[in-house]
Amino acid sequence: MESILFWVCSTGAIGGALGMVVTVRNTVYSALWLVVSMLSLACLFIMLNAQFVGLIQIMVYAGAIVVLFLFVVMLLNLTGGVMGAEEQPLLKFVGVALGIAVSLQLGSILLRIDLPWPEVSPSYGTTAEIGQALYTDYLLPFEVAAVLLLAAIIAALALAKRESD
Amino acid sequence: MEIPVGHYQVVAAALFMIGVIGMLVRRNMIVMFMSIELMLNAANLSFVAWSRLWDSIDGQIFVFMVMVVAAAEVAVGLAIIISLVRNRDSVNIEETSLLKW
Repeated sequence: MESILFWVCSTGAIGGALGMVVTVRNTVYSALWLVVSMLSLACLFIMLNAQFVGLIQIMVYAGAIVVLFLFVVMLLNLTGGVMGAEEQPLLKFVGVALGIAVSLQLGSILLRIDLPWPEVSPSYGTTAEIGQALYTDYLLPFEVAAVLLLAAIIAALALAKRESD
Repeated sequence: MEIPVGHYQVVAAALFMIGVIGMLVRRNMIVMFMSIELMLNAANLSFVAWSRLWDSIDGQIFVFMVMVVAAAEVAVGLAIIISLVRNRDSVNIEETSLLKW
Protein backbone atom coordinates (compact mmCIF):
# COMPACT_ATOMS: atom_id res chain seq x y z
CA MET A 1 0.00 0.00 0.00
CA GLU A 2 2.69 2.43 1.04
CA SER A 3 4.89 1.66 -1.94
CA ILE A 4 1.96 2.14 -4.34
CA LEU A 5 1.29 5.53 -2.77
CA PHE A 6 4.98 6.40 -3.01
CA TRP A 7 5.19 5.53 -6.70
CA VAL A 8 1.98 7.39 -7.54
CA CYS A 9 3.09 10.50 -5.65
CA SER A 10 6.65 10.56 -6.95
CA THR A 11 5.37 10.07 -10.50
CA GLY A 12 2.97 12.95 -9.90
CA ALA A 13 5.70 15.17 -8.52
CA ILE A 14 8.20 14.50 -11.30
CA GLY A 15 5.56 14.40 -14.03
CA GLY A 16 4.08 17.69 -12.87
CA ALA A 17 7.51 19.28 -12.81
CA LEU A 18 8.30 18.01 -16.32
CA GLY A 19 4.93 19.20 -17.57
CA MET A 20 5.61 22.64 -16.13
CA VAL A 21 8.98 22.94 -17.86
CA VAL A 22 7.83 21.46 -21.16
CA THR A 23 4.59 23.46 -21.59
CA VAL A 24 5.54 26.27 -23.96
CA ARG A 25 2.30 27.60 -25.36
CA ASN A 26 0.38 28.77 -22.33
CA THR A 27 1.90 29.84 -19.03
CA VAL A 28 -1.39 29.12 -17.21
CA TYR A 29 -0.93 25.41 -17.95
CA SER A 30 2.60 25.61 -16.55
CA ALA A 31 1.20 26.96 -13.29
CA LEU A 32 -1.44 24.21 -13.17
CA TRP A 33 1.24 21.55 -13.69
CA LEU A 34 3.10 23.13 -10.80
CA VAL A 35 0.02 22.54 -8.62
CA VAL A 36 0.11 18.83 -9.50
CA SER A 37 3.74 18.67 -8.46
CA MET A 38 3.15 20.56 -5.20
CA LEU A 39 0.18 18.40 -4.17
CA SER A 40 2.13 15.19 -4.83
CA LEU A 41 5.00 16.57 -2.76
CA ALA A 42 2.58 17.32 0.08
CA CYS A 43 1.49 13.67 -0.05
CA LEU A 44 5.14 12.58 0.16
CA PHE A 45 5.65 14.87 3.17
CA ILE A 46 2.70 13.30 4.97
CA MET A 47 4.10 9.83 4.21
CA LEU A 48 7.31 10.95 5.96
CA ASN A 49 5.40 11.79 9.20
CA ALA A 50 5.52 15.52 8.46
CA GLN A 51 1.78 16.20 8.64
CA PHE A 52 2.11 19.88 9.53
CA VAL A 53 4.60 20.57 6.77
CA GLY A 54 2.42 18.69 4.30
CA LEU A 55 -0.64 20.77 5.11
CA ILE A 56 1.38 24.00 5.04
CA GLN A 57 2.70 22.89 1.65
CA ILE A 58 -0.84 22.62 0.30
CA MET A 59 -1.95 25.93 1.82
CA VAL A 60 1.13 28.04 1.04
CA TYR A 61 2.25 26.60 -2.28
CA ALA A 62 -0.87 25.26 -3.96
CA GLY A 63 -3.08 27.81 -2.26
CA ALA A 64 -1.12 31.04 -2.16
CA ILE A 65 1.98 30.97 -4.33
CA VAL A 66 0.48 29.32 -7.41
CA VAL A 67 -2.59 31.57 -7.14
CA LEU A 68 -0.21 34.54 -7.11
CA PHE A 69 1.48 33.17 -10.23
CA LEU A 70 -1.86 32.66 -11.97
CA PHE A 71 -2.98 36.12 -10.92
CA VAL A 72 0.11 37.72 -12.48
CA VAL A 73 -0.10 35.59 -15.63
CA MET A 74 -3.72 36.60 -16.18
CA LEU A 75 -3.10 40.21 -15.19
CA LEU A 76 -0.32 40.56 -17.75
CA ASN A 77 -2.37 38.78 -20.43
CA LEU A 78 0.57 36.70 -21.66
CA THR A 79 0.10 35.87 -25.31
CA GLY A 80 2.55 35.01 -28.08
CA GLY A 81 4.03 38.47 -28.56
CA VAL A 82 4.69 39.17 -24.90
CA MET A 83 6.20 35.75 -24.30
CA GLY A 84 8.70 35.99 -27.15
CA ALA A 85 10.46 33.12 -28.87
CA GLU A 86 12.05 30.17 -27.10
CA GLU A 87 14.68 29.66 -29.79
CA GLN A 88 17.87 28.56 -28.12
CA PRO A 89 18.73 25.15 -29.64
CA LEU A 90 22.31 24.95 -28.36
CA LEU A 91 21.40 26.07 -24.85
CA LYS A 92 18.50 23.62 -24.87
CA PHE A 93 20.70 20.69 -25.83
CA VAL A 94 23.50 21.54 -23.41
CA GLY A 95 21.08 22.21 -20.55
CA VAL A 96 19.17 18.98 -20.95
CA ALA A 97 22.33 16.88 -21.41
CA LEU A 98 23.95 18.43 -18.35
CA GLY A 99 20.80 17.97 -16.28
CA ILE A 100 20.42 14.31 -17.22
CA ALA A 101 24.11 13.59 -16.57
CA VAL A 102 24.02 15.15 -13.08
CA SER A 103 20.71 13.42 -12.25
CA LEU A 104 22.12 10.01 -13.19
CA GLN A 105 25.19 10.64 -11.09
CA LEU A 106 23.15 11.82 -8.10
CA GLY A 107 20.74 8.91 -8.48
CA SER A 108 23.48 6.30 -8.59
CA ILE A 109 24.94 7.68 -5.35
CA LEU A 110 21.65 8.23 -3.51
CA LEU A 111 20.19 4.83 -4.37
CA ARG A 112 23.12 3.20 -2.56
CA ILE A 113 22.06 4.69 0.79
CA ASP A 114 20.87 1.85 2.96
CA LEU A 115 19.87 3.19 6.37
CA PRO A 116 16.89 1.84 8.35
CA TRP A 117 14.07 4.16 9.42
CA PRO A 118 13.98 4.65 13.20
CA GLU A 119 10.82 4.37 15.29
CA VAL A 120 9.50 7.82 16.14
CA SER A 121 7.06 8.89 18.81
CA PRO A 122 3.42 9.33 17.68
CA SER A 123 3.68 13.09 18.26
CA TYR A 124 6.50 13.43 15.70
CA GLY A 125 5.70 16.11 13.12
CA THR A 126 2.39 17.19 14.66
CA THR A 127 1.43 20.84 14.88
CA ALA A 128 1.92 20.76 18.65
CA GLU A 129 5.50 19.57 18.40
CA ILE A 130 6.41 22.00 15.61
CA GLY A 131 4.82 24.86 17.54
CA GLN A 132 6.72 23.85 20.67
CA ALA A 133 10.02 23.93 18.75
CA LEU A 134 9.16 27.19 16.95
CA TYR A 135 8.32 29.08 20.13
CA THR A 136 11.25 27.82 22.22
CA ASP A 137 14.43 26.82 20.38
CA TYR A 138 13.66 28.72 17.19
CA LEU A 139 12.01 31.82 18.57
CA LEU A 140 14.50 34.28 17.11
CA PRO A 141 14.45 32.83 13.55
CA PHE A 142 10.65 32.80 13.77
CA GLU A 143 10.52 36.51 14.61
CA VAL A 144 13.09 37.33 11.94
CA ALA A 145 10.92 35.44 9.43
CA ALA A 146 7.98 37.66 10.39
CA VAL A 147 10.08 40.79 9.76
CA LEU A 148 11.23 39.35 6.42
CA LEU A 149 7.63 38.79 5.32
CA LEU A 150 6.70 42.35 6.31
CA ALA A 151 9.65 43.69 4.31
CA ALA A 152 8.59 41.58 1.33
CA ILE A 153 5.02 42.94 1.47
CA ILE A 154 6.27 46.54 1.51
CA ALA A 155 8.79 45.86 -1.26
CA ALA A 156 6.18 44.21 -3.47
CA LEU A 157 3.78 47.10 -3.00
CA ALA A 158 6.47 49.67 -3.74
CA LEU A 159 7.64 47.82 -6.87
CA ALA A 160 4.26 47.06 -8.40
CA LYS A 161 2.75 50.48 -7.67
CA ARG A 162 2.09 52.60 -10.72
CA GLU A 163 4.19 55.75 -10.74
CA SER A 164 1.84 58.70 -10.16
CA ASP A 165 2.71 61.56 -12.42
CA MET B 1 8.08 2.72 6.15
CA GLU B 2 8.96 0.18 3.49
CA ILE B 3 10.43 2.71 1.05
CA PRO B 4 14.14 3.36 1.80
CA VAL B 5 15.30 6.91 2.35
CA GLY B 6 17.38 6.79 -0.83
CA HIS B 7 14.26 6.68 -2.98
CA TYR B 8 12.95 9.91 -1.47
CA GLN B 9 16.34 11.48 -2.08
CA VAL B 10 16.30 10.38 -5.71
CA VAL B 11 12.88 12.02 -6.19
CA ALA B 12 14.26 15.19 -4.60
CA ALA B 13 17.34 15.12 -6.83
CA ALA B 14 15.23 14.57 -9.94
CA LEU B 15 12.95 17.49 -9.04
CA PHE B 16 15.94 19.71 -8.39
CA MET B 17 17.54 18.85 -11.72
CA ILE B 18 14.26 19.46 -13.56
CA GLY B 19 14.26 22.88 -11.94
CA VAL B 20 17.83 23.50 -13.08
CA ILE B 21 16.99 22.38 -16.62
CA GLY B 22 13.93 24.62 -16.65
CA MET B 23 16.07 27.52 -15.52
CA LEU B 24 18.61 26.87 -18.29
CA VAL B 25 16.24 26.03 -21.12
CA ARG B 26 13.21 28.27 -20.75
CA ARG B 27 13.25 31.98 -21.67
CA ASN B 28 9.91 32.88 -20.13
CA MET B 29 10.64 34.72 -16.87
CA ILE B 30 7.56 33.41 -15.08
CA VAL B 31 8.36 29.78 -15.91
CA MET B 32 11.96 30.32 -14.81
CA PHE B 33 10.55 31.63 -11.57
CA MET B 34 8.44 28.51 -11.14
CA SER B 35 11.59 26.46 -11.70
CA ILE B 36 13.15 28.20 -8.71
CA GLU B 37 10.12 27.20 -6.65
CA LEU B 38 10.62 23.63 -7.83
CA MET B 39 14.25 23.64 -6.68
CA LEU B 40 13.26 24.99 -3.27
CA ASN B 41 10.65 22.25 -2.97
CA ALA B 42 13.16 19.57 -3.88
CA ALA B 43 15.38 20.81 -1.08
CA ASN B 44 12.36 20.70 1.25
CA LEU B 45 11.69 17.05 0.40
CA SER B 46 15.31 16.24 1.13
CA PHE B 47 15.12 18.08 4.47
CA VAL B 48 11.96 16.25 5.54
CA ALA B 49 13.32 12.82 4.59
CA TRP B 50 16.62 13.30 6.40
CA SER B 51 14.98 14.75 9.49
CA ARG B 52 12.65 11.72 9.65
CA LEU B 53 15.69 9.46 9.31
CA TRP B 54 17.49 11.06 12.26
CA ASP B 55 14.28 11.32 14.34
CA SER B 56 14.68 15.08 14.66
CA ILE B 57 12.23 17.93 14.15
CA ASP B 58 14.87 20.48 13.08
CA GLY B 59 14.59 19.66 9.38
CA GLN B 60 10.88 20.42 9.41
CA ILE B 61 11.51 23.77 11.09
CA PHE B 62 13.99 24.51 8.34
CA VAL B 63 11.37 23.64 5.71
CA PHE B 64 9.10 26.18 7.41
CA MET B 65 11.82 28.82 7.05
CA VAL B 66 12.43 27.91 3.41
CA MET B 67 8.71 28.38 2.73
CA VAL B 68 8.81 31.82 4.35
CA VAL B 69 11.72 32.83 2.13
CA ALA B 70 9.99 31.36 -0.93
CA ALA B 71 6.82 33.33 -0.23
CA ALA B 72 8.79 36.57 0.21
CA GLU B 73 10.77 35.86 -2.94
CA VAL B 74 7.64 35.18 -5.01
CA ALA B 75 5.98 38.41 -3.86
CA VAL B 76 9.00 40.58 -4.69
CA GLY B 77 9.91 38.69 -7.87
CA LEU B 78 6.41 38.89 -9.35
CA ALA B 79 6.28 42.61 -8.52
CA ILE B 80 9.55 43.04 -10.42
CA ILE B 81 8.12 41.07 -13.36
CA ILE B 82 4.98 43.26 -13.38
CA SER B 83 6.99 46.46 -13.53
CA LEU B 84 9.29 44.95 -16.19
CA VAL B 85 6.33 44.05 -18.37
CA ARG B 86 4.96 47.57 -17.93
CA ASN B 87 8.23 49.03 -19.19
CA ARG B 88 9.27 46.52 -21.84
CA ASP B 89 6.09 44.67 -22.85
CA SER B 90 7.79 41.30 -22.69
CA VAL B 91 8.46 38.46 -20.24
CA ASN B 92 11.19 37.04 -22.43
CA ILE B 93 14.48 37.09 -20.56
CA GLU B 94 16.40 37.90 -23.74
CA GLU B 95 14.67 41.28 -23.97
CA THR B 96 15.84 42.22 -20.52
CA SER B 97 19.58 42.24 -21.09
CA LEU B 98 20.45 45.79 -20.13
CA LEU B 99 22.87 44.63 -17.45
CA LYS B 100 24.34 41.88 -19.62
CA TRP B 101 27.83 42.51 -20.89
